[in-house]
Amino acid sequence: MTRLLEISGLKVHFRTDDGWVRAVDGVDIGVDRGETVCIVGESGCGKTVTAKTVLKLIDMPPGRIVDGSIMWQGRDLVPLAPAQMRGIRAKEIGFIFQEPMTSLNPVYTVGDQIAETVREHEGLSRRAAMDRAAEMLSLVNIPNPTKRVHDYPHQFSGGMRQRVMIAMALSCNPKLVIADEPTTALDVTIQAQILDLLEEMKERLGMAVLLITHAMGVVAENAQRVIVMYAGKVVEEAPVGPLFARPRHPYTQGLIRSIPRLDLAATSHQRLEAIPGSVPSLLHPPVGCRFAARCRHATPECVATEPPLREIDPGHKVACHHAESLAA
Amino acid sequence: MLQYLTRRLLIAIPSLLGISVILFTILALAPGDPFEELATNPAIPPDVRAHLRASLGMDDPVHLRYFAWLTSMLHGEWGFSFVSRIPVDQLILQRLPTTIAVIGTSQIVALCIALPVGVFAATRPYSLFDQIANTLAFIGFSLPTFFTGLLMILLFSIHLGWLPFVFRTSIDATGWRWWWEMARQSIMPIMVLGLFQGAAWTRYVRSAVLDVIRLDHVTTARAKGISEGSVTLKHVVRNAMIPVVTLVALQMPAVFGGAIVTEQIFRVPGVGSLLITAILANDTPVIMGVTFVFACLVVFFNLVADILYGWLDPRISFR
Repeated sequence: MTRLLEISGLKVHFRTDDGWVRAVDGVDIGVDRGETVCIVGESGCGKTVTAKTVLKLIDMPPGRIVDGSIMWQGRDLVPLAPAQMRGIRAKEIGFIFQEPMTSLNPVYTVGDQIAETVREHEGLSRRAAMDRAAEMLSLVNIPNPTKRVHDYPHQFSGGMRQRVMIAMALSCNPKLVIADEPTTALDVTIQAQILDLLEEMKERLGMAVLLITHAMGVVAENAQRVIVMYAGKVVEEAPVGPLFARPRHPYTQGLIRSIPRLDLAATSHQRLEAIPGSVPSLLHPPVGCRFAARCRHATPECVATEPPLREIDPGHKVACHHAESLAA
Repeated sequence: MLQYLTRRLLIAIPSLLGISVILFTILALAPGDPFEELATNPAIPPDVRAHLRASLGMDDPVHLRYFAWLTSMLHGEWGFSFVSRIPVDQLILQRLPTTIAVIGTSQIVALCIALPVGVFAATRPYSLFDQIANTLAFIGFSLPTFFTGLLMILLFSIHLGWLPFVFRTSIDATGWRWWWEMARQSIMPIMVLGLFQGAAWTRYVRSAVLDVIRLDHVTTARAKGISEGSVTLKHVVRNAMIPVVTLVALQMPAVFGGAIVTEQIFRVPGVGSLLITAILANDTPVIMGVTFVFACLVVFFNLVADILYGWLDPRISFR
């Protein structure tokens, strides 16, 4: 059976005054029905661009899909005409954005905005679409939904707005929801609520979730499979258990070591480890391994040739020349 | 809402009073008086002139004259023109239809240019269309109306002889012929003003749309799978209209006040040219009447702009 979503060899470049920025440079990501896949990596590693490219929500120009395919249930989305693409958006793949404060249009009621999606894809009447909107609001646990559909976004708090965004993304019962850092802009207490809600919705509606985040804690909580991205490339992919137990890529190891740990903090005075340096320029990426400059295990081989993504355990792929010897 | 309106209208009263005081004082300070011309006329002895002045109350102190003017205004008496002895309100009402027709149409022309061109250019920034529209808008905006007006007269009236360049109120024709003549003589002032205003508004609309188009909620709208046209109209233009509508509403007093310069060039007998003639003749009651109407309109359209703003933007509430 074909996978729900299969991105292979995706390259997305952006034109700037200085040249082409290779924001996403050969990325393979697969999502199966009903599973939660996390993409992690620090800011600027191409997570969001990858996610937005699936629905072609990046600005083209300056962006361009240079190469690769995005197979959605066996059908390639890359060559799809805008009109056909519209049938995929929201109807089959829902999208939740990072900034709930600015992602809703301030001049329409939340009910109108949810109803707009439903009316577009299911051809419901105005009344029926509003009823559906209220239903969706109650599904995402917004109290008093029949009244609140008539409220404007500014009458909701950040967490509530993100609930509205989730309601909107789920309103047409998509098979996949892409959530682009849905909790980054929220309070810590609200973050947990939103992630729980997402998980609950996933269970109830049986959809798959592609969750983009830079917080390893979120990954451990939610994901079944994790994809670690670095500088526009996938560096490691593994089920969540093995990834945390035996991370193979030095970058993943660094990410995991940079999480505060309660058990360690109590007993020792160990400081949190940070990964030295920063992401290389994607204008002129290094020839070899893109992480080599920041890697303490780097050898001349790493600088000279780029390590391919290879499977070293069943379901565990890593792009590092020294993966075998580095198993932590 | 009603409470808000009442309060705003009450606040308007002191500002209108203030405006009238300032206007009156400035006019009183200005040199010259309406009977200057009579002074050079040997047929009129000085004591007749003095008598005339006294009969019009021109020798009273400024504050007395002001209160006399104010009380009669409150009774609905606008006074008489010093020059033509015609009641001021009648003079204004005579001129108003022409002004509204000519200047009003030009504003509509301006909107019909600015809205589509501005939106279309902003949705394709830096495209060929945008570049051309921008350049033309810049030229149109930079050329003063007295210059384009004269150019047009030179081209269409003198070289080509297609259009009359003096506006006539008394056209001896009826029915379709009258409309045709009216249109023929109005087209130049309308175009001169409309293109100028349109150029300015195009730039404004374009920048308002560009401000909205890169906001997050537009991407959200696109992610809903609605057509690009709906995204532009419902989620970009609708939001960008908030500042544009306000600007246009604030511009409306100019429609009634008339575009003074343009009216002079094409000899359009509108409110603007009435004001100019009155100022040149030191005709205080007419100047006061026209400028006072103008002040009321500014206050009124400010209120309209505020109400429209609140109606377009639900985040604004009236308290």
